[in-house]
Amino acid sequence: MAVTANPIEQFEIHEYFPVIKIAGHQIAFTDSAIFMLIAVALTAALMLGATAGRRLVPTRMQSLAEVLYEFVADMIRGTAGEHGLKFFPLVFTIFMFVLVTNLIGLIPMSFSVTSQIIVTASLALLVFFTVIIHGFWQHGLHFLKLFAPSGVPIFILPMIVLIEILSFLARPISHSLRLFANILAGHVTLNLVGSFAAMMIAAFGVVGWLGAALPVAFAVALFALELLVALLQAYVFAILTCIYLNDSLHPGH
Amino acid sequence: MDPQAAKFLGAGLACIGMGTTAIGVASVFGQYLTGALRNPSAAAGQFNNLILGFALAEAFGIFSLLVAFLLLFVL
Repeated sequence: MAVTANPIEQFEIHEYFPVIKIAGHQIAFTDSAIFMLIAVALTAALMLGATAGRRLVPTRMQSLAEVLYEFVADMIRGTAGEHGLKFFPLVFTIFMFVLVTNLIGLIPMSFSVTSQIIVTASLALLVFFTVIIHGFWQHGLHFLKLFAPSGVPIFILPMIVLIEILSFLARPISHSLRLFANILAGHVTLNLVGSFAAMMIAAFGVVGWLGAALPVAFAVALFALELLVALLQAYVFAILTCIYLNDSLHPGH
Repeated sequence: MDPQAAKFLGAGLACIGMGTTAIGVASVFGQYLTGALRNPSAAAGQFNNLILGFALAEAFGIFSLLVAFLLLFVL
């Protein structure tokens, strides 16, 4: 019976056609790739199309693009200062990608790219290595002051350094897992509530239709919450990126 | 113990973590309201930190929910 289907099934990746074979691993064009391309195309169309006219008094689309730009720019200024604006392209790209893929994933029967840990882990590792490489390139060995905060008594310093290093290494894990787990848990919960309604109808017939109204109403409320989570997690992912990049800009504060 | 039973027990135990997250999230919003009522003019400027604190606290509840889901549907 379809109504008792596994709620994890929706995250399965289907391969459409093979592209290339590297070291025995088949690299194929999957639905994950399709939805990533859709997200990139939508974002590019929005930003390029909205700013093509570049009027002094913006149209609705242009002011949407300007609001998005100002939102991310303010976020960077607030967390990393004016110097942080050189990372604007990176942060804006990450924010828009996560936002658009989250929102596309909420459309029924579509595929949520950010519910794949490999995607969020790639984004988080990109930020992690950007922080390390930029930190050493900009500050040299002074970057290591990040792990030794000033004003710490010398006899507890080794322990503090150990804790700081561990928390630094744990960053990409928590950064990627937060987005992945939020989106996955939201989709699984929606699926469970929906299949509860379907089970009611399958079990009780006409009476079940009345009984199913409650879980359907709950699913609608839950969908509104998921919309909030999709926006919020994109924001949180971007602002954590800013906070981590701030460490490579101003270590040893 | 029957492995199936152990699975369901584990999933139930994992959900205890969500209760502790409720305490964390309540603390975030409670402290914000306390501060905001004392100094309403400064409240708007801390909204970003409120959302950030909420997301950081909420994530750990989602992690335990994820463990429960993994136990129920994947293993």
